[in-house]
Amino acid sequence: MADLLKVQGLETQFQTREGTVHAVNGVSFNLKEGETLGIVGESGCGKSVTVMSMLRLIPTPPGEVVAGQAVYQGKDLLKMSNDEIRHIRGSQISMVFQDPMTSFNPVLTIGRQVAEPLEIHNGANRQQSAERAAEMLEMVGIPKAKDRLNDYPHQFSGGMRQRVMIAMSLICTPQVLIADEPTTALDVTIQAQIVELVKRLRDELGMAIIWITHDLGIIAGLADRVMVMYAGLVIEEAPVKELYANPQHPYTLGLLESLPRVDESRDRRLASIDGLPPVLMEKPEFCPFAPRCKYALDRCWNENPGLLPVDGNSEHRAACWVDPETGRERA
Amino acid sequence: MTDNNQKEVLLHVDNLVKHFPITQGIIIQKQVGAVHAVDGVSFDIYKGETLGLVGESGCGKSTTGRTILQLYRPTSGSVYFEGKDLVAMKGEELRKTRKRMQMIFQDPYASLNPRMTVGEIIGEPMVIHKTHSGKDLEDRVADLLNLVGLNPAFSNRYPHEFSGGQRQRIGVARALALDPSLIVCDEPISALDVSIQAQVVNLLEDLQAELGLTYLFIAHDLSMVRHISDRVAVMYLGIIVELTDRDQLYNNPLHPYTQALLSAVPIPDPYAEEKRQRIILEGDVPSPVNPPSGCRFRTRCPLATTICEQEKPEFREIKPGHFVACHLV
Repeated sequence: MADLLKVQGLETQFQTREGTVHAVNGVSFNLKEGETLGIVGESGCGKSVTVMSMLRLIPTPPGEVVAGQAVYQGKDLLKMSNDEIRHIRGSQISMVFQDPMTSFNPVLTIGRQVAEPLEIHNGANRQQSAERAAEMLEMVGIPKAKDRLNDYPHQFSGGMRQRVMIAMSLICTPQVLIADEPTTALDVTIQAQIVELVKRLRDELGMAIIWITHDLGIIAGLADRVMVMYAGLVIEEAPVKELYANPQHPYTLGLLESLPRVDESRDRRLASIDGLPPVLMEKPEFCPFAPRCKYALDRCWNENPGLLPVDGNSEHRAACWVDPETGRERA
Repeated sequence: MTDNNQKEVLLHVDNLVKHFPITQGIIIQKQVGAVHAVDGVSFDIYKGETLGLVGESGCGKSTTGRTILQLYRPTSGSVYFEGKDLVAMKGEELRKTRKRMQMIFQDPYASLNPRMTVGEIIGEPMVIHKTHSGKDLEDRVADLLNLVGLNPAFSNRYPHEFSGGQRQRIGVARALALDPSLIVCDEPISALDVSIQAQVVNLLEDLQAELGLTYLFIAHDLSMVRHISDRVAVMYLGIIVELTDRDQLYNNPLHPYTQALLSAVPIPDPYAEEKRQRIILEGDVPSPVNPPSGCRFRTRCPLATTICEQEKPEFREIKPGHFVACHLV
């Protein structure tokens, strides 16, 4: 399938009192039509900043996208005029945020907020957009949607608010839906509801999804392809089954081994990754994971590998000099 | 582990109830209702075991932990710790008993005083209870820092100089300062990143093996609870719906809520995920101000019948050591 979105060499920095923080250090990826891409990483690894940079949602100052391009339908999102990108955000590429409690305007009704993108982007009038908003709310599983258009956000529970946010993001039938930790603030049973909802909507509407999360469990049942990030870099990328069955970067391996499983009965000691993620006060010149890596060789402290194909497989790439099976350098 | 009947009961909780009043009026306040946070829970914790307490937010699991420690005084019910009823205790007697039970809090950013050094934070319980002083206190603080895997030289630094995982270690050291026998861990890892969670869980397990600690481990992460617990209790809306051995609960859950909860937990394995049958619950947890009549879970239960609406299910022992509160089991 054709590439819908192609990001190349994205770099974002933040100016802080302590100096420049290098949040994203050259991220490249592409998103195919109708595909679900998972971006996994721990807090501070740059996964949210990557997509925010792409959509030009980084507040400048202190943030700045210093390099790279993000080509959507032949045009670079990073070079567009403000007017042009505004027509894309919320209509062709839309976003669902993490915290359903704070992402709504508390003094506007749900109906107004869900309908707003349609009025702005498609020039619909109030009545048309309200009707469509009711349909969308119905579709995401809000009972008696028509009667609830005039309710305010505080009258909805967390799970319901997240449904409303999904309705709002899909009202203009976008090509790409970006979900930034949409279920992190929710309980597991509600999380399961939202994941099932998104899967159903994906099948019905066929949009591509970028799902950002720190939870390797959620992404296993949802994504087609997964990208693991660390220190503002993509350190491994593979189709979902390949990644879980055959993780190649020591960080991915460590993350998977440190997770207990709910279907696992044997007692084992969790493998933990020693140390802490780096503070990105300078751009990593060598492998950023080397200080925590049990496989690290001399070369790892001098050169940053960049993504290398694993066993000649162009779909599975890992940024590591070492083959974790042998502990020696990759052939 | 020894047999059930040989195990020594460290903590016995009997029909514990905690209601928080809802009041109206500014000068003359009158009570107009109550949040039924904990509504009659009973369980035992054996010496040296880890009891996992799981449930979704608002189900009363943290309130249970705090009420056990008498941080909240219960509305009714009793808590026997080492054979003595904590609810009947007050003043000096309670203060002395508190030495033996400690708590580790969820948020390592909010539970350490930013104006105290790490040494002062860890030493404070010993100063208050006058167990150590002077050089003795310093040595003890250094020992505790060593025990939780921090450098003793850190004792004159401030909490903001540490990462989340390190701060949680400081919280653990403080809890250990008075040689407690029971530690209530209230979501000790949910604020931490995945790779750091494993570090803290391993530390808790090592300390338990070394010092013979007993844990009440409160969490919403069912995978981690399975890993760390010997027995697990599942709470829903103020009551315990199921309580049994870890493997029994996860392999053979009997309460419909436990079944739904377990099926909702994602597994980090795409092949396993493909094969799974999920039970998706409808709707949200009802408000604890006005809990449903009869069975608390009936409003979301896929199997509910009329009896569930009329009668409160008893918390029965179905098999030895397996307690369930459901009419249909």
